[in-house]
Amino acid sequence: MKNCAALGTKEQLTKLKNVIESSKDTPGCLMHILQEAQAIYGYLPLEVQKVIAEGLGISLSEVYGVVTFYSQFSLKPKGKYRISVCLGTACYVKGSDKILEEVEKQLGIKCGECTEDGLFSIDSCRCVGACGLAPVMMVNEEVYGKLEPSKIKGILDSYREAK
Amino acid sequence: MTIQELDAIRKAKHDLIQVRRVVREEGEKLAAKTGYRKQVLVCGGTGCTSSHSMQVIDQLEKSLKEHKINDVLIVKTGCFGLCSLGPIMIVYPEGAFYAQMTPEHVKTVVEKHLVKGGEIVKDLLYQGTVLKDGSIIPFAETPFYKKQMRIALRNCGVIAPEDIEEAIAAGDYEAIEKVLTGMTPDDVINEMLASGLRGRGGAGFPTGRKWAFAKASQGEIKYVCCNADEGDPGAFMDRSVLEGDPHCVLEAMTIAGYAIGAHQGYIYVRAEYPVAVQRLKIAIDQAHQYGLLGENILGLGFDFDIEIRLGAGAFVCGEETALMTSIEGHRGEPRPRPPFPAVKGLFGKPTILNNVETWANVNPIITKGAAWYSSIGTETSKGTKVFALGGKITNVGLVEVPMGTTLREIVEEIGGGIPDGKKFKAAQTGGPSGGCIPASCIDTPIDYDSLLAIGSMMGSGGMIILDEDTCMVDISKFYLEFTADESCGKCTPCRIGTKRLLQLLTKITEGKGEPEDIVKIEELASHMKSSSLCALGQSAPNPVLSTLRYFRNEYEEHINEKKCEAGVCKAMLSYSIDKDKCIGCGLCAKNCPVGAISKTTYVAQGHKLPSLEIDGAKCIKCGVCMGNCKFKAISRK
Repeated sequence: MKNCAALGTKEQLTKLKNVIESSKDTPGCLMHILQEAQAIYGYLPLEVQKVIAEGLGISLSEVYGVVTFYSQFSLKPKGKYRISVCLGTACYVKGSDKILEEVEKQLGIKCGECTEDGLFSIDSCRCVGACGLAPVMMVNEEVYGKLEPSKIKGILDSYREAK
Repeated sequence: MTIQELDAIRKAKHDLIQVRRVVREEGEKLAAKTGYRKQVLVCGGTGCTSSHSMQVIDQLEKSLKEHKINDVLIVKTGCFGLCSLGPIMIVYPEGAFYAQMTPEHVKTVVEKHLVKGGEIVKDLLYQGTVLKDGSIIPFAETPFYKKQMRIALRNCGVIAPEDIEEAIAAGDYEAIEKVLTGMTPDDVINEMLASGLRGRGGAGFPTGRKWAFAKASQGEIKYVCCNADEGDPGAFMDRSVLEGDPHCVLEAMTIAGYAIGAHQGYIYVRAEYPVAVQRLKIAIDQAHQYGLLGENILGLGFDFDIEIRLGAGAFVCGEETALMTSIEGHRGEPRPRPPFPAVKGLFGKPTILNNVETWANVNPIITKGAAWYSSIGTETSKGTKVFALGGKITNVGLVEVPMGTTLREIVEEIGGGIPDGKKFKAAQTGGPSGGCIPASCIDTPIDYDSLLAIGSMMGSGGMIILDEDTCMVDISKFYLEFTADESCGKCTPCRIGTKRLLQLLTKITEGKGEPEDIVKIEELASHMKSSSLCALGQSAPNPVLSTLRYFRNEYEEHINEKKCEAGVCKAMLSYSIDKDKCIGCGLCAKNCPVGAISKTTYVAQGHKLPSLEIDGAKCIKCGVCMGNCKFKAISRK
C-alpha cells in the first residue's frame, strides 16, 4: 500500500503515535506534535498529517492549514544536508544574495529544491542571529560565517566527501 | 528553598561574580578570596559558537590539564556584545579581552598568561584595548563599551547562564523576594507605572498600564506571556538575553503573575534559536529544583509556572494576537482589537504579553526603584535600549545605550564608524516595519518619539547601517519582498497591497519605472496604513515611505534617468574596459563566468598586449571582472 511507504518504518509510526498520545491533552498541542513528527520523518507527508488529525480528532484540513502556514514545516523531503542561506537584512547588505546564487549554481538546483541524489537541499532563511558573521549560511546545524562566493565550492565538497 | 538559603547562595558566590565586574587591584584582592587565581570567560552565545567557541573551551580544558593548572575557572557565558570579534575570551581579574581565538591561540595564552606568574599576551588581545604606547586598558574603557549602560544586559557575558547559583549571586531572584515579602500587587504595578518603562518590542506601550488593565480584568484564570519570537531579520537582542541570562525573564514573568493574579506563563520562542531554547529549558528545570518556580515559591505561598512554546517560522506571530493564536495551536493569524488581550487574550482569558527585553528591565526597576530607573533616558522614553548593530559598520554587535543617545554616538563612537573609508548613508531601524534615518538626521536623539517624528520607529532594536554602496530603492524592495512573503493573507489591504507595492518597486529597479509610479506607491501605502488589520500590514509601507521622504531623488533617478548611482540595480548597469588603462593581462576574461570578455586588436601606448573588451549582450553584470582588475581599467555606469 502506498500509504505505508510514506509512514516509514514501524518504529517511526509507533514513535509518532506515542507523541500524539502523550501530548493530546495539552491545550494547543498541534504545533508541538507537528514539530516532533517532522523530527521523526524529516518532513510532513499527507499520510502523517492524516494520522495526526485522526489522533487528535480534528479535521485534516485544520492540520494541513497549520502545516502550510509556518515556513518551518515542509511537505517535501529535504536533503541529507540541508543548506539554509540567511537572507536577513544584515546578511543581505553584505551580499548574501550572491552566496545563494553561488550555491544554486554549484548544485544546479534552485532555492526550495533538493538534488536528485537526495544529498543537498537549499532553502533561504531570515536571520539565524549570527549577524556579526554576515553573510552566513547553515548546513544542518553548522553555521558558516563571513562567506564569499569563492568559499562555497570548498564547503560543499567537504560534505560530498563525507557523504 | 527558603529566603535564608537564597541568601546563603548569594553570599557564597558573591566574590566570584564580583571579580568579573571590577578589575585591576580590587579584582585581584577579591580573586584571592575566591580560591580561583584566574577566571576565564568564554562566550557561548550563538554568534561566538558559530565561530567555534566550543573548540576554544575544549582546548582550554585540555591545556590547563596538561600544565596541571587547577586554580583557573572556566565559565561559559552569554554574549559579550562584540560579535564580529568572536570567539571572545576574557581573563579576570585583569579583564584581558582576547579576540578571534583559535585552539592554537588558546595554547599560547595558557602557556604565557594563565600559568603562575604569566603575563597578558598582547598580540592576541582585541587591539582596541592596547594603546599606542603599549599599555593595556580594560575592555570596559574602550569606545565600544564606554558609552554603553548595561541594564537589560547586566548579566550577559558575566554569568554562566546554565548555573542558577551564578544567576542568583548576580542579583536574579532578588526582586521576586522583595515583591513576595513586602509588596502588594498594586505596589508592583505602581512601581512599574512610575518607572515609565515602555514595551521594548516596538510599539512602546507603557508596561505598567498593560499590567494594570490585566489586573482590573475579572477572571479566575489569567496568563502571562513572553514574546521571544524575534522575527525582525538582523535583530538578536532578545536571543542574547535568553542565552546570557534566562533567569531574569523567568523571574520577571513570575512578578507579573503575582501583580495581575496569574499562575501560568508561556514563553513563545523562535525554533531558529536552539541555544536560547536549550538554556531556557535548563533554567526552568533549575528554577523548579530551587523552589523559585512552581508551587509555593520561596515558601511564601505564591504559585507560578512557565511553559515554552516553539514558533515555526512566521514573522506575523510577533504580533500579539497572532502569537496567542499560535500558542493555541492554530495558524498564527491576528484578530481585530478590541477586545485587547488584557481583557480577552490567550485561550480567551485576560493575558499580558511583553517581549524579552521588557522583562529584562523588571528586576532592576523593582530592586533599585522606579525613581532610579526613570532618572535614565529622556522625558518620554525612560531607561536604556538594546540595539543589534549590523550591516556596514566596524563593530558589529550588541549595544545597550541610555535612551536619548544620538545616532552619531552609536555609529561613530560605539560602532567605530564605517569600514573601508566609505560614507555613512543611513541607518535602518525597526526592520520591515521601520524606516531609514538619513545622514542629515544623524544627531537625532534615539527615543520612541523622535524616531517616529522623522518617519522611522524604534522597533525591537535592529539597527542596520547602510553605506554609499546601498541603493535605497533596492533596500525598500528587499523589505517588501519580506513582508509580501510573510503576510498571513487574512486581510486584503496587506495581502494584495504588499504584492502590488513589490511589483511597483521591482518595476522601478528593473529600469521600467514611470513617473506616475511614485504617486501610485504613495496612494497605495496610505490605504494599507489605514485599513490593514494588524501592525504588519499597517507598517509594511514604512520602508518605502521613509526612503521616499529622504531619498526621493534616487527613485527619480531610477525612473527618469534609468540610473542606479549605488551600482546595485543590475538592469541599469553596464561595465566597460578603458582600452588605454588595460594592459591585456586577461585576468578578467579568465574569471568571467559567461565568457563575455575577449581580446581586441588595440594595443595602448606603452603596453605590450592588446586590450580587452566586454560584450554587453553576453554580460550578466556580476562585477567579477571589476573586482579582479588590478589596474582599475574596468568601470561601471
